[in-house]
Amino acid sequence: MNASLAMPTSSPAALQLTRVGARVSAIGARAFLLEALGEFDLASQRRIWALSRAVEAWEDLSEIVPGMTNLLVIFKDIPEDPEPVVTRIMEAWEGAQSIDLDGKTIEIDVCYGGEHATDLAALCDRSGLSDREVVRIHYEATYRVFAVGSAPGFGYLHGLDPRIYMPRKTVPSINMARGCVTIGGMQTGVAVLTGPNGWNSIGFAELQMFDPSSPTPAIMAPGDTVRFVPVRVEL
Amino acid sequence: MIEVIETGPFNTVQDLGRPGYRKIGVTASGAMDPLGLKLGNLLVGNAPGAAAIEVQTFPFRLRFTGAVVFTVAGADCGAGLDGHPLLALCTYVADKGQVLDLGQPRTGARAYVCVAGGVDVEPVMGSRSTSLRGAFGGNDGRYLRVGDTLSLCAATDGHRARAGISVVDPAFALSDHLPVSDDGSLLIRALPAGEHDLFGNDADRFWTETWKISSKSDRTGYRLSGEPIRPTTPVEMRSHGVVPGVVQVPPGGEPIVQMSDANTAGGYPKIAGVIDADLWRLGQARIGSRLRFVRATHREALDVERAMARFLEDVRVTSAMVTRALNIMA
Repeated sequence: MNASLAMPTSSPAALQLTRVGARVSAIGARAFLLEALGEFDLASQRRIWALSRAVEAWEDLSEIVPGMTNLLVIFKDIPEDPEPVVTRIMEAWEGAQSIDLDGKTIEIDVCYGGEHATDLAALCDRSGLSDREVVRIHYEATYRVFAVGSAPGFGYLHGLDPRIYMPRKTVPSINMARGCVTIGGMQTGVAVLTGPNGWNSIGFAELQMFDPSSPTPAIMAPGDTVRFVPVRVEL
Repeated sequence: MIEVIETGPFNTVQDLGRPGYRKIGVTASGAMDPLGLKLGNLLVGNAPGAAAIEVQTFPFRLRFTGAVVFTVAGADCGAGLDGHPLLALCTYVADKGQVLDLGQPRTGARAYVCVAGGVDVEPVMGSRSTSLRGAFGGNDGRYLRVGDTLSLCAATDGHRARAGISVVDPAFALSDHLPVSDDGSLLIRALPAGEHDLFGNDADRFWTETWKISSKSDRTGYRLSGEPIRPTTPVEMRSHGVVPGVVQVPPGGEPIVQMSDANTAGGYPKIAGVIDADLWRLGQARIGSRLRFVRATHREALDVERAMARFLEDVRVTSAMVTRALNIMA
């Protein structure tokens, strides 16, 4: 195993542990990020889900934040010594079996095209596909919620067809509406807040993704399956 | 009750925030100066995390509609009650109808009006903090406006708050644990983060450069201006969870420090993470002021955290004891 652990000595170096397949680094003194170094794919994410489940049982844990093939682990208190903590996270990763979360299936009615599809034309230009093809490719795929984050209830959806990958905009839209169905790089998702947004909008969904007064405020959870249902196509 | 009679645009109800929901994209929020909030609350006999009014645009004025014990913590903003000057971090009794006014701070950026019992707004997801981004929590998920009225919770049982309880400014009380520069720049301790070493020589410059807190700074984050720093090769990151204090470097090269309303996820390379114990000092830093980052060790982060905890515990025990003694004598 190719292990290296750099610890602060007289001149403090960045605390970091890298082994085959993953890296753990610190953000401050009580938050640690494990990043899977492999592909951005479902297999890696399944191991992150398994790791999340294992870490959630730790008594000294404050909270976890699963990301895209990574996991932020935040402890209640600053650990006495970070080295064993970093090793513990790495060993939990090494012991994490791939699991598939028993998610629910969410169908989201979408109006493709129309006034909210502000970036559909640019996506056609980039992909060389017609608007009809872009839309069809988008709703024919089945997506998995990899993680929820960035904004309340926002689900990062994996499973986008590479033909319609589209990088985030360098200049974000100033005021994109909540409900816009968007593409950001190799991911897709539904905007949950009205505001600045760098993703590319191709349609609009009415479904409210977040309700702070509900016992389960976010509709989407990691592992859920999402399908987009074209209720209207305005091209 | 409290009635807001004059306010700038960015004042909110805050407690210590709602951690635990970052995994569904919900910012923790909470006071930018959690130490100030805790001290103010302890003096008036509250739990350290009771909700208070965070004032960051001045002048601010409110009217008490009933007699209540209160204190003003955080920034020293020359507070007055019906025009009579008040000491910072000292408790007073306001009578019905009296007006508390907060002026431009002499030092610091944010003041906390803490009242016995705490501000009573409906808790959302376990906290009374205002989530501006999500537009929920606090007072209707928004900034306070003139004419807003805030209810107060009943004061903690058996603990009758008193006037005249005061505490030494934490800048003095904790001076053994707070670094001071010789040029007036704020020194903020941080640990190197995941992409630190990818910045090559620019990483060294990050620690030596004096950064200015730009006007594009708010409760979400502080944008720093200075000579840009860049990774030696471009870094493509996958979106991951972040916490307040993370120092990220967007392509422009000017670092951003995430604060109380921190985004829950980020993807810019991160060069450092400010230690928790210095976040309150950053929360009191003003736009336009200058700071340098001091490279700390994990051990230092732990030591200063413990010193702060001891100080707070001392304040809690002592203020409760003095209050009890005063109540017996009364």
